[in-house]
Amino acid sequence: MPALVIVAHGSHLNPGSHDPTFTHADTVRAAGAFDEVREAFWKEEPSFREVLRTVESEEVYVVPLFVSEGYFTEEVIPRELRLEDWDVSLWNSDGTDADTATLTAADVDKTIHYCGPVGTHPAMSDVIVQRAESVTQNPDVGEGFGLAVVGHGTNRNENSAKAIEYHADRVREMDRFDEVGALFMDEEPEVDDVTDYFESEDVVVVPLFVADGYHTQEDIPEDMGLTDDYREGYETPTEVEGHRIWYAGAVGTEPLMADVLLERAADAGADVDEALDIVRKRTATPAAGD
Amino acid sequence: MNDSQLRALREAAADGVACDGLSASRDDAGYTFVTPEVSHDGLNEDEFDALATENPWFVSNWHFWRATSETNEAFLRWVEHASELGVRERYETLVDGLTREWGQLLVTATLGTDGERSYELRHTADAATAVAELDSYHDPREAREISTLDDDGDYRPLKTAPTLRAGWRFADLDARDLVRTVEFFYPATVANWYRERTGELDVSHFRETAERQTGIYGVIDDLDVDSVENLAEACCVDSQCLKRREWDEDEETPLDAPRGDGEFPCREPCSLVVAAARQFAVLEGEETRTYELELTPSERSQLGDLVDAVADGRVDEIREADVGDGANRYRARYLRAKRLADGEFEGLREKR
Repeated sequence: MPALVIVAHGSHLNPGSHDPTFTHADTVRAAGAFDEVREAFWKEEPSFREVLRTVESEEVYVVPLFVSEGYFTEEVIPRELRLEDWDVSLWNSDGTDADTATLTAADVDKTIHYCGPVGTHPAMSDVIVQRAESVTQNPDVGEGFGLAVVGHGTNRNENSAKAIEYHADRVREMDRFDEVGALFMDEEPEVDDVTDYFESEDVVVVPLFVADGYHTQEDIPEDMGLTDDYREGYETPTEVEGHRIWYAGAVGTEPLMADVLLERAADAGADVDEALDIVRKRTATPAAGD
Repeated sequence: MNDSQLRALREAAADGVACDGLSASRDDAGYTFVTPEVSHDGLNEDEFDALATENPWFVSNWHFWRATSETNEAFLRWVEHASELGVRERYETLVDGLTREWGQLLVTATLGTDGERSYELRHTADAATAVAELDSYHDPREAREISTLDDDGDYRPLKTAPTLRAGWRFADLDARDLVRTVEFFYPATVANWYRERTGELDVSHFRETAERQTGIYGVIDDLDVDSVENLAEACCVDSQCLKRREWDEDEETPLDAPRGDGEFPCREPCSLVVAAARQFAVLEGEETRTYELELTPSERSQLGDLVDAVADGRVDEIREADVGDGANRYRARYLRAKRLADGEFEGLREKR
């Protein structure tokens, strides 16, 4: 049976950074599609450099728990995993449609299916919607609501903005929310001015981040005016300039993320159909009143 | 030994079995059964079964090792001192338990049902602690939580830092879960230890690690060998990390900093060392200057006490009223009140 390795950023400073990775890995473990599931981190252990030797399986699916395609997924992870003959053109992506590449790694005798990141998988749009359902505690949320997808912006990575816009477009096409927009932390349209960009009284704000941390817990709530000091907390929703802002926190903490990890492996050829059913049932939004 | 182990041995004998002094085989003349004490051939099935039943430890021992992976087997055999103890001696000793220390982990192997193994894992500091006083765990994944924060509730970004908190035990683990638990506490240590034992540890020295870096870490290649020496001394000795450093400046240039006595090797500068190296590389970009500063001799030596106390992590141990210690809080506050303003020494002059 093959192994699944989930590669994530992790943190030297924030003990909560690895929590979503562990949670989603455990969901995948419980679904039983893989003999081994292992988490690996850029900033924690096992490192990308050493994770492949910790699994026994000869076939390994590697899925980056990253939100966009770019420096980490295209350069750092393949380099540190020692994927031989990796070239980003193998993904044949314009920045939001990476699929998979089958390679060998220099330090282990294994077949590695290196998958695109969860963040640019089409199924991620469903996670964003489910995050909106979770924060509003309304499985039918949509009518009368605006939805903002928030990302860093291009100052750090050109594809980061592409991923945000890609999902905003997809959710807009679902025709479920009254309006859908992409907002950014360091470029226009800025998340600070969220109330200027939406007409709907209720706006759900979903940051496309893997883990909650400085940006999602401190920066964005303060920038949007939910609170003057993040340490004092805020209500959900919070009234800001005539709008009710439903701030969802990092989308990566939504249980349905486990589904996207499996989708990535499935796209690379892993036999995970049963596991997908199990995970979808377990991570579904509870019906209202549950 | 149970019936299914015996049946498995009989079946495996067709291909030949050799494990810890037991060998069993089958050919046209019948079965062969050999241990260090007995040797019989030309056996029929009943005779073979009778011999196996008289030597149950050899059979269950073979059965136990049969299903383990190469790496796990090497580790688990090391845990029960298999290279020093024969099957009989080992089984007698396993009744009370055979132990090994792995970093701050104490691994104990005992006999499980039907001659297999059962493992317990606890902190080395809890070697003599009564079971009732320890929090009991069984799921290997719980090691992730235990290892995230230290005793003071501070985050442990380095899994092999000697700050693992005590007070817990994992009881009755099977072989696979023991290794999984150990690997959640100390990731990749078993795999790298095994590579080292088989002469295949792929060490990446500092210089090649530095040359591999991109982005904000590209700068670490600017550190010269003396700075790398200081880096290893600062971050990689046993008081900071329990891995045994096997990397150096490069293949030809060993570093003098103590490598450590740890059981498992460190095969390359880790992400924390790389992040620290980046900071040091930035700081080392500055040229030295000569400063003139008026201090009493005691104040001058107090500066050394302060640096030592922080570097040795001793700050919290200095008693509040121990004003004889240069790193005592009142002493530091007095020095600041007398000599510093806004974090800078008053009267400090740069000599031109």
